[in-house]
Amino acid sequence: MNDLSPPTGGGCRNTPILKERGQREVFCGLTGIIWLHRKMQDAFFLVVGSRTCAHLLQSAAGVMIFAEPRFGTAILEETDLAGMVDAHAELDREVARLLERRPDIRQLFLVGSCPSEVIKLDLATAAERLTKVYAPNVRVLNFSGSGIETTFTQGEDACLASMVPVLPESNERQLLVAGALPDVVEDQMMGLFEQLGIGPVKLLPARNIDNNTTVGPNTVYALTQPFLGDTAAALDRRGARQIAAPFPFGEEGTTAWLAAIAEEFGVDRDLFDQVTAAPRARARKAIAQAAENLNGKSVFFMPDSQLEVPLARFLTRECDMTAVEVGSPYIHDTIHGPDLELIPAGPTISEGQDVDKQLDRVRNARPDLTVCGLGLANPLEAEGLSTKWAIELVFTPVHFYEQAGDLAGLFSRPLRRKSKLSLEAAE
Amino acid sequence: MKLTVWTYEGPPHVGAMRVATAMKGLHFVLHAPQGDTYADLLFTMIERRDHRPPVTYTTFQARDLGSDTASLFKDAAQSAMTHFDPEAMIVGASCTAELIQDDPGGLAETMGIDIPVIPLELPSYSRKENFGADETFYQIVKSLSVAQAKTERITCNILGPTALGFRHRDDVEELIGLLSECGIDVNVVAPLNATPSDIACIPAAHFNVLLYPETGEAAARWLERTHDQPYTKTVPIGVGATRDFLAEVAQITGRDITPDESRLRLPWWSKSVDSTYLTGKRVFIFGDGTHVAAHARIARDEMGFEVVGIGCFNREQARNIRALAKEYGVEALITEDYLEVEQTIEALAPEMILGTQMERHIGKRLGIPCAVISAPVHVQDFPARYSPQVGFEGANVIFDTLVHPLVMGLEEHLLTMFREDFEFHDDAGASHHGGKAVERSETEIEEAVASSDNVVWLKDAERELKKIPFFVRGKARRNTESFAAERGLSEISIDTLYEAKAHFAR
Repeated sequence: MNDLSPPTGGGCRNTPILKERGQREVFCGLTGIIWLHRKMQDAFFLVVGSRTCAHLLQSAAGVMIFAEPRFGTAILEETDLAGMVDAHAELDREVARLLERRPDIRQLFLVGSCPSEVIKLDLATAAERLTKVYAPNVRVLNFSGSGIETTFTQGEDACLASMVPVLPESNERQLLVAGALPDVVEDQMMGLFEQLGIGPVKLLPARNIDNNTTVGPNTVYALTQPFLGDTAAALDRRGARQIAAPFPFGEEGTTAWLAAIAEEFGVDRDLFDQVTAAPRARARKAIAQAAENLNGKSVFFMPDSQLEVPLARFLTRECDMTAVEVGSPYIHDTIHGPDLELIPAGPTISEGQDVDKQLDRVRNARPDLTVCGLGLANPLEAEGLSTKWAIELVFTPVHFYEQAGDLAGLFSRPLRRKSKLSLEAAE
Repeated sequence: MKLTVWTYEGPPHVGAMRVATAMKGLHFVLHAPQGDTYADLLFTMIERRDHRPPVTYTTFQARDLGSDTASLFKDAAQSAMTHFDPEAMIVGASCTAELIQDDPGGLAETMGIDIPVIPLELPSYSRKENFGADETFYQIVKSLSVAQAKTERITCNILGPTALGFRHRDDVEELIGLLSECGIDVNVVAPLNATPSDIACIPAAHFNVLLYPETGEAAARWLERTHDQPYTKTVPIGVGATRDFLAEVAQITGRDITPDESRLRLPWWSKSVDSTYLTGKRVFIFGDGTHVAAHARIARDEMGFEVVGIGCFNREQARNIRALAKEYGVEALITEDYLEVEQTIEALAPEMILGTQMERHIGKRLGIPCAVISAPVHVQDFPARYSPQVGFEGANVIFDTLVHPLVMGLEEHLLTMFREDFEFHDDAGASHHGGKAVERSETEIEEAVASSDNVVWLKDAERELKKIPFFVRGKARRNTESFAAERGLSEISIDTLYEAKAHFAR
């Protein structure tokens, strides 16, 4: 059904992984709230944490904070820590004030942070208690987005995993797609499933609580994002079964992802080709245009979102780049394996980080493009290296066929810009 | 617990980072969980710095909790020593590390590091960013400064400018120029661009210029006590304040100081006839205490505005701002809750807001012009061009900044004159924003509109109200309604509207 062939000379699935420990220059899982709250329109995310947590959210959310965002921080004060007040009573009071002000909220997430985890504030019990108080109007759940437990996109994983146990049970044979996608991308995906005759399709997360997402022993699920390890485990516990596939980035990735699902649902090969032929051709054309100045260039991934492995696969195979190092905060063989298999052997595959050592490797290799966080991007540019800041890859629509050209464009733009700017005096 | 969406200040360790990043040759080892490195991007993005802040984080994770975190701290400190080879080091804990009670200072002491290591106490659950900066700078000065003879020439230090400071870069340049014109050399500027060895030389100066009390006052007081250095009390923002500041310097140094005011344009710009329309513009001022105090004086005495409210978010300055509010005959608002600020602004209905990034957004929501005068600020307020607040050029910059958001005199006159014009009415939108003029629709106002005070606007009065230019209409509506409510009127007619107008005339 697809013509994906492993690279000659072998892929990277069996490459020994360089595991490093040291200073990690990454976001914590709280950051996931920034895009999750846009997706789940009736949810509010209440972080229980410190001023640092509130400051992080505001730094990451930028100007969005003024659009009456559906997230906030209950800041712990000295009296909460000294046991001078009952933290649970305090939390109940703040939740009551919040829900009074925002009666449109149907799902409330109590989000744990480093301080709340370290003082062992039992938010799970609080969530159960509050669910009883506010049922049936509001459902209260709990997950941790703390830096000590989660890295960046893992916050979404923790959130979705917290929803899985309370999903209604269904024995129906169905497809569940997990991972928050921009609405436009989600619509394209649903359109393709419809044309392929695959259904019913359920979404996690759904746009609101009333969407009938269910799970059960006859559910098969596919992940659209590579950072959903805990969610996958939670779905497995409900009896659902995962469809292993590379992630839907680029023409190849999207085709392979769809093909794995089509195969599961016994879709006829002719129908598959007929449905995908036109969008595949469009995607290939768009990539070819956008990736012109990527061909033959080298790329270095610093760890950030766990998207690094599938994106390295896209850039090496479809944009003809060479990977120097592919760093990821975590690598799970069951999830990242299919993509690693397709990356031509050669690059260092690294998990974790010791940022100063890794920066020394970047400086040695002098890659044409370094994918990294905003704390490192400008400093590396000042050293004459071109960078692509990684967080944009999480916010921008990049999945599936129609976005394949845009995805290549995100990487080629910094290189194009560099060649356009000529600020030195003329000879 | 307190529910917060927006915070005016970060936690105290961010203040410590502002000092460390401002300096050179100093390294900060911060005991903090994975994720706290987010603060790096404030410096690399908002301030557009071309290097990483000199901060090494321990970035501990859940699996490290227990005894392991202490050795993690030592490893981080050791690797910072070998990697960055600093002249001195500061060590501290962020909010989470404060809870696990490793003692960074004690741990560093046992390592036998052969450079000065300065431990910081940063109480994250009771204090905030500005405190963190002030305290860190004070500890650094206290640890590193060395008693020594005063310089032969009269010199001063400039204390308080940091990284991520609102216009600190250009304020320092302007101030050095101003002092130099008065024959006074600058010994050390700190913490901005100072090295630990520069800090050692601070006591050689004759006096200190305390440029920003929020971030330099503790150090200035200590230097006054310990090294006999008086410090200036006036922050030279605004024309009057700059002249007072120079008089203070003249008094401290015993010199006759006659500043060169040839570049100063604010006074003439403000006197010129086009500025007449600024008279009595009602402004609300909010920000950090220092900038609010300076701008209140500028607004009232140099621009001819009416100050209808002032406030600050940093409690350290609450006393000053309360005293100042009394002097201006207004209520002081001391709060870190932007919703409270929004309510106050709504109630006061000013014609202009001078504030921070948050007030800019509040102004946008309420349709009130706003100029940014204080941190926290976003990337656009770290401009490429020279834009000080301090001194005579600072005054010029401030005049332009305060006037641009307002509709200037001639423009206001024209708008009023042509308010019924078919293509120049206020629903048409501003032409320079690329919007296409929309022709005025002549739909009738169907229903009399009920106001919040249960006073009903009669149709004619509502129509008359619409003829008032949009930027003063809100005030006219509120004034008329309160006028009617006070007199127990249940309906507002055209007469009521004009009686209220006469009543509130000034």
